[in-house]
Amino acid sequence: MKSQKKFIEGNEAVVDGAIAAGARFYAGYPISPSSEIAEGAARELPRYGGIYIQMEDEISSMAALLGASLAGVKSFTATSSPGFSLMQENLGLGIMSEIPAVIFNVQRSGPSTGAATKPAQADIMQARYGAHGDHSIIALSPSSVQDCYDLTITAFNLAEKYRTPVLFLSDEVIGHLRETVTETEPGPDQIFSRIQPDPDISQKDFRPYGYSSDSVVPMPAVGNRKLLMRTTGSTHDEKGEFSPNPQNIDRVTHYLTNKIEKNAEDITITRTYQLDDAEIAFITFGCSVRSTISAVDILRAEGVRAGMLQLVTIWPMPEKEIRAVLAKAGTVVVPEMNLGQLAGEIRKFNDYGCRILQANRTDGVLITPQQIINTLED
Amino acid sequence: MRETIHISISELRCKQCGICSALCPKQVFTQEVGKIPVVSHMDACIACRLCEMRCPDFAIDVVITGGEER
Amino acid sequence: MADYKDYMLFDKLPHTWCAGCGDGIVLQSIAAVFAEMELDKHDICLVSGIGCFGRVDDYLDINCMHVTHGRALPAATGIALANPALHVIVTMGDGDSVTIGGNHLIHCARRNIDLTAIIANNYNYGQTGGQYSGTTPTDSITSTSPYGHIEQEFDICRLAEAAGATYVARATAFNPVQMRKLIRGGIEHKGFSLIECMVQCPTHYGRYNRQGEAADMMKMMNARSIPAEKAKTMSAEELEGRIVTGVIVNKNREDYYTKYKRIIDAQRIREEGGSVNEN
Repeated sequence: MKSQKKFIEGNEAVVDGAIAAGARFYAGYPISPSSEIAEGAARELPRYGGIYIQMEDEISSMAALLGASLAGVKSFTATSSPGFSLMQENLGLGIMSEIPAVIFNVQRSGPSTGAATKPAQADIMQARYGAHGDHSIIALSPSSVQDCYDLTITAFNLAEKYRTPVLFLSDEVIGHLRETVTETEPGPDQIFSRIQPDPDISQKDFRPYGYSSDSVVPMPAVGNRKLLMRTTGSTHDEKGEFSPNPQNIDRVTHYLTNKIEKNAEDITITRTYQLDDAEIAFITFGCSVRSTISAVDILRAEGVRAGMLQLVTIWPMPEKEIRAVLAKAGTVVVPEMNLGQLAGEIRKFNDYGCRILQANRTDGVLITPQQIINTLED
Repeated sequence: MRETIHISISELRCKQCGICSALCPKQVFTQEVGKIPVVSHMDACIACRLCEMRCPDFAIDVVITGGEER
Repeated sequence: MADYKDYMLFDKLPHTWCAGCGDGIVLQSIAAVFAEMELDKHDICLVSGIGCFGRVDDYLDINCMHVTHGRALPAATGIALANPALHVIVTMGDGDSVTIGGNHLIHCARRNIDLTAIIANNYNYGQTGGQYSGTTPTDSITSTSPYGHIEQEFDICRLAEAAGATYVARATAFNPVQMRKLIRGGIEHKGFSLIECMVQCPTHYGRYNRQGEAADMMKMMNARSIPAEKAKTMSAEELEGRIVTGVIVNKNREDYYTKYKRIIDAQRIREEGGSVNEN
């Protein structure tokens, strides 16, 4: 297997990961601190026969992404928080139409223009609930440049496997962080290819959608020689035809949620650091992971049994792993660069009387190990 | 062989909008309010097919049999 | 020869549109052009937006992508670039095309994406009760301009031309023969083509503005029509209130994909193992 070492920043590793995953279409609108992904895509995609197009805004970028994916080409875009707001409309279209795509959000400080070049981790809720209507979503969060390469491939695989847009919640720290990364080209068995219909199925029997179980329905590309494909953002039946009757609306809503929530175990990725005997457990994600690891090391050196649970998958929330920590540790601290979006989610699972503390930082500066430790003294 | 023209109007699809009867260049149709049009002057029909093409409801078929290919 | 009905889901009729609505006339024209050109259904992809005319996909038996309000053109851009062999047809109303989606229209025209935009302009938002749109003529009454519309309307064809569209044409629902000819011209054109189809909305715009029944509105459109060739010899004052019909722009300019393909051909690297990704 081909493998190479590079010293690059997170945003560059994303482009390499996307190409390794087989992505060949990018539509986007440049925005700090994500623009290096657009620049990398513009430079690299044509070298692999792919296409880069810079659209007029993030709304159209998201629409173009879904169009290209429907035509059978793995597609991605990159943006930052305010641009992600503009993508919500057609993110919903992707969810309802069940079209795979990967959206990289290199989070920055907000609301509005905010401090445009400063990091934040404040789009957790925007990622989960930004698109209107009931649905579920998959979101991954990297904590290193290596993650930006490896998890990008995972993100494309999840998008194809679950036939849905997948979010990649990076942040300014990780996007612009430079470190050594080993880029290993994935083998064919490490790339999930979109499920195709039975080659013998006739147009009459073909259904672009299915709601009878929680499983994902095969998706042929428009332009294939055999089957006509029909997708819509309107509530539809198995044929992809508009069907707004109460029973259908209800089952579509449940299906779109269940196909992700009921497969949470397959989707969720977590990592632990010194967690086994931890009395004080940190639960965190993204750039805050790096500071938290240092905090654990400092505390351990002082004889405190500290450990960390890293949520690599933010959505669906790794409930099982979080509950296991809450049941065992006396104190859980949630470091994050927002005012407690993840902490609130963790409290939902606290049926164990665990003390939950927040370590928040919202000034556009990376949270420090000492600040995390100080939370314990409050 | 002389061509014969037949105009069929689908009762299912016609919404009685009156476009065909008002715009037919040869006044082939007559229509009362609340009813579907009636082909009452078939002999005047020149098979221009405008009624078929202008029918927004896909309710009219002009079928020409015999004669030369048009 | 193929029949237009071959391209339709005919058993879904009667359709959703009101009695006398011109949208059905455009839909039949589109299907008739597919039949006339004997296109393989697998080679066509229709992208539709939201509004009365956004519902055309419900009745066509081809590849269809029904998207959000105003976003049909960018979605179609993705399809057209990912599979340049497809005939990409985009159906929109005046809301989709030049109001909520106006920015997308000008950029799509400027880029010269190889697709065909077919716009049904009925001067208002019919599906939601007849509110004004970007093409509602000044002084018109609509449900949201009860005292008369104070804004100036867009001329869709002139907007597209200024933005760089390489094929621009207009027909009225009164003249479905011309409509077919122009739609076919658009599909055969390489690059961004736009056909504006003037359609009557007797339920809302017609009623609010006392324009009579559907046939009366169609007669009025015809009376106001002026062929593009003749319009060239007329002054702006003379053209006031007229509907210029026929081919307005038809020129050659290399489309986006053709240009981009040259970059791909020049930059492409052979991936190890000798395989070249053909997508």
